[in-house]
Amino acid sequence: MKKALLTLLSIILLAGIVAGCSTSSSGKDGKVTINALFMKQAGYSEEDVKAITKEFENKNPSIKVKPTFVPYEALEQKIQTSAPTGGYDIVIIDAPWTAKFAKAGFVKEVSDKLTDSNRSDIFAGAIDSVSYQDKLYGMPWLNDTKFLFYNTDMLKQAGFDNPPNTWDELLTQAKAIKDKGISDTPIVGSWAQAEALICDFTAFTSSFGGALVDENGKPTVNSKENLAALTFMTQSLKDGLTNSKSTQYLEEDVRGVFSSGKAAFALNWTYMYNMANDPKESSVVGRVGIAPVPGTQGHNGMSVNGGMGLSVTKGSKHADEAWKYIQYLSSKDVQKRFAKNALPIWKSLYEDQDVVKTGPEVVEASKVQYENLENRPRVPWYGELSTELQVSVQKALLGEITPEQALDSVQKKAEEIASK
Amino acid sequence: MFYKGEPIMKKQLSEQRFAWLVIAPACVIVFGIVIFPLFTTFIYSLKNMDLTSSQYGQWVWLQNYLELLKDKEFWSTTGRTAYFTGVSLTVEITLGIFIALLLNEDIKGKTFLRTIIIIPWAVPTIVNGAMWKWIYHPEYGALNALLTQLGLIDHYQSWLGSPWLAMNMIIIADVWKMTPLVVLFFLASLQLRNLSIYEAARVDGANIFQRFYHLTIPFLKPTILVIIVVRTMEAFKVFDIIYATTRGGPANGTLTLTYDAYLKSFTNLQYSQGATISYLIAFMILTLTFLYVKVLKSEGAN
Repeated sequence: MKKALLTLLSIILLAGIVAGCSTSSSGKDGKVTINALFMKQAGYSEEDVKAITKEFENKNPSIKVKPTFVPYEALEQKIQTSAPTGGYDIVIIDAPWTAKFAKAGFVKEVSDKLTDSNRSDIFAGAIDSVSYQDKLYGMPWLNDTKFLFYNTDMLKQAGFDNPPNTWDELLTQAKAIKDKGISDTPIVGSWAQAEALICDFTAFTSSFGGALVDENGKPTVNSKENLAALTFMTQSLKDGLTNSKSTQYLEEDVRGVFSSGKAAFALNWTYMYNMANDPKESSVVGRVGIAPVPGTQGHNGMSVNGGMGLSVTKGSKHADEAWKYIQYLSSKDVQKRFAKNALPIWKSLYEDQDVVKTGPEVVEASKVQYENLENRPRVPWYGELSTELQVSVQKALLGEITPEQALDSVQKKAEEIASK
Repeated sequence: MFYKGEPIMKKQLSEQRFAWLVIAPACVIVFGIVIFPLFTTFIYSLKNMDLTSSQYGQWVWLQNYLELLKDKEFWSTTGRTAYFTGVSLTVEITLGIFIALLLNEDIKGKTFLRTIIIIPWAVPTIVNGAMWKWIYHPEYGALNALLTQLGLIDHYQSWLGSPWLAMNMIIIADVWKMTPLVVLFFLASLQLRNLSIYEAARVDGANIFQRFYHLTIPFLKPTILVIIVVRTMEAFKVFDIIYATTRGGPANGTLTLTYDAYLKSFTNLQYSQGATISYLIAFMILTLTFLYVKVLKSEGAN
């Protein structure tokens, strides 16, 4: 009796293992199931994506979509462990990952799937975020970049009517705000040892006219423009104009500081505009200004390309159905209806009154900023470069080494990495 | 009588077959999630598994190890991990002994106290990390609020903002979580103490410190060694609390070996570097454990 029971249990266990290993993607009724990996976020939230998926399934009764949502931090790892086997048919990828995922063969090339007319209606930055060496590895889906947010009240109190156009103007305004005791530390940034720091750093360096790598993918980390940008950042910390706690802040902390009315200026992603204007989340409602990132003498204010795209994995067995779903998600119709939560990738929609109405200030700033986007280096070794930069830039910000030393050491390492 | 042997043979055979059948699932699981990855990881550490490299998949034998051992950064990461392990272990054992001695006293509500001391240990590490991240928050953290209200600091501090301070703050968070386990160990062995020896010592005029130093410490020595072995293994592999709080920052101030292995594998796509670090961690822990066991044995001989 006992033996029979034990045997039965072990059979069940074995069966469980076998069942756990196999994935059934084609149902009995001829339905195709595709698995999609999304990110938990504010724009295109879980509810939004599920609602769009439902519409898609109703229109395409033969396809069933199973969306999964994970936080940004877990996304990269999840893609790597599943892409080669096609555990997910569709994955969302962040702009700086495209190069390495393409090189590693995780995602399918889809250059021929996007028509020229469609391509010309999409912001170049959005296309860039899913391309590597002029080939397309996914469909742009989310447009995002960092803007300069400012507290309109504080600026007015300090005697300024307009947000700064250049970084020098920003320093002057910040100094006035500090001197008048309106805010102790008027500027705040997400400068923790994380990708967030490199996003801000890219916005700074490109606004100073610099670049981290040249067109051929050769590192140019220690150029004099980049040095000027990093020196600007460290100096603002030294002068007490930038909040010294920035070196441990991520984007959400920046939002917290800005929303509680402790900072006059902040660099952050688009999502902060709506949340800083939400009375439940913020005490600066109605005092939030949004503007393109300031420039410098002779250089436009550039911001970092934070676009994300949807890619079909190499191992996917239902690539056609997957692409169909991706096209639906990024279609003009869907993007227009959800414009309130995430701004569209389509240029033409920015003239559409329904879209403009969702947030005239954001749309206005976006129109300028999306034409002035800088990509984080689109090289397969970006991950390593980013890690090295995060550490050295932080050391400079903390005053452990000089900006020259920081950039020189990264340049040396980047040359080594690039030549591998 | 004549038939007796045969059925027993038969029974034994089927017993054996049955045993195999029953342990088969366990074998599959152990092979699948322990032995196979262990073996693959070792192979990875001998190959170039850098997904973006043009020499992907080629055997490089010990080159990964040599490169890493020559890397200054690797050694400072090792040093940092050792610092974390050493300091948190020392603090946990010191605190553990004193808390255990307190809880061992016959005080009112000791059952209640002994129960709640476990709570920090019962909290999952990742939750603990998230909690401490908020406690240390520079703008609205509880620690800043407490110290300001007590008048100990005059403005809010950035606890995780500089490398050395951040490392020590992480150690405090780890100590808070792991001390209860240590207390539990000590409490268990204190219960087995022979109290008449203490009586005798007291009669002979030994004061409380002498009794502690000459009686309690030697008595707890074996337990201390066990704790050192167990906790070294754990602390050396610290990952989750770093992941939940500082993610290795600021300026690599809290970057430990396992977190480095994670970064190399999953941010840089250098699986071989990650695998090599993992094997070096295992080797270091093995060496430490070997040393501890030696010490334990020679202690036993004395």
